[in-house]
Amino acid sequence: MNEINTVSLDFPSRSVNEAFARGAAACFAAQLDMTMTELGDIKTAVSEAVTNCTVHAYPDSIGTIHMRLRILEGNVLEIQVKDKGRGIEDVERAREPLFTTGGEERSGMGFTIMESFMDSVKVRSRPGAGTTVTMRRRVGRRPAGR
Amino acid sequence: MKLTSNFAGGRLTVEVSGELDHHGAGELMAKLTERLESDLPRECVLDLRELKFMDSSGIAVMMRVTKRMRALGGRLRVENVREQPRRVIEASGIGKIIEIDG
Ligand SMILES: Nc1ncnc2c1ncn2[C@@H]1O[C@H](COP(=O)(O)OP(=O)(O)OP(=O)(O)O)[C@@H](O)[C@H]1O
Ligand SMILES: [Mg+2]
Repeated sequence: MNEINTVSLDFPSRSVNEAFARGAAACFAAQLDMTMTELGDIKTAVSEAVTNCTVHAYPDSIGTIHMRLRILEGNVLEIQVKDKGRGIEDVERAREPLFTTGGEERSGMGFTIMESFMDSVKVRSRPGAGTTVTMRRRVGRRPAGR
Repeated sequence: MKLTSNFAGGRLTVEVSGELDHHGAGELMAKLTERLESDLPRECVLDLRELKFMDSSGIAVMMRVTKRMRALGGRLRVENVREQPRRVIEASGIGKIIEIDG
């Protein structure tokens, strides 16, 4: 898919930046014609991916979160959130509903929510090296049957 | 995230406004716990009419309050949920174990 526009942001994994990240993503995504519901879904998915970096990738320190946003041909928004943190041992297991290593402060529903709000969610991770989450969502005019 | 609470007739009503994410969830949970332990309500109502954004951090708060209310022999009710939080609640499946009105 051809890229139409892109922006990249690096920011420290401070929890206050969760709101910044979803606000920035919503601002960029506004170039696409979309409904309020779709905008809400995109903000939610960004919030989940960025919070995972803050909470799980860099549990005891402040690391850098890289977010890249792209608009692709066909009204597709791509969001990539990348960290160089702890990594995930078993990605398949991590994506299961209710699976969490975060104790009672977490619900284990982050990946489930990203999957239900986005058309695709790819997770690449290596323990000790970091995690990259890449999500895509087609917005605006939906193809027939959706 | 801001919160105001009111306790009357065994019912603790907490209005949560603004945006609820991991950044504000710790403070919300601490304040809710404080109210629950001092009021020991029969019913806890979370009024979300002014809550404009919520992610899974809010789901964890609701799960914890549900647990505590059950231990107290009471229940949690969530009221006046806007579209974005409603979609998160639906995607998480937590709507099956807590009461959601309006
Ligand atoms: N960026 C990351 N770095 C390291 N581990 C991660 C990362 N993202 C997710 N994980 C692991 O995957 C698990 C599941 O993530 P998910 O977002 O689904 O749930 P959660 O973050 O535990 O809870 P919730 O998102 O509901 O608050 C996490 O508990 C953590 O072990
Ligand atoms: Mg998460």
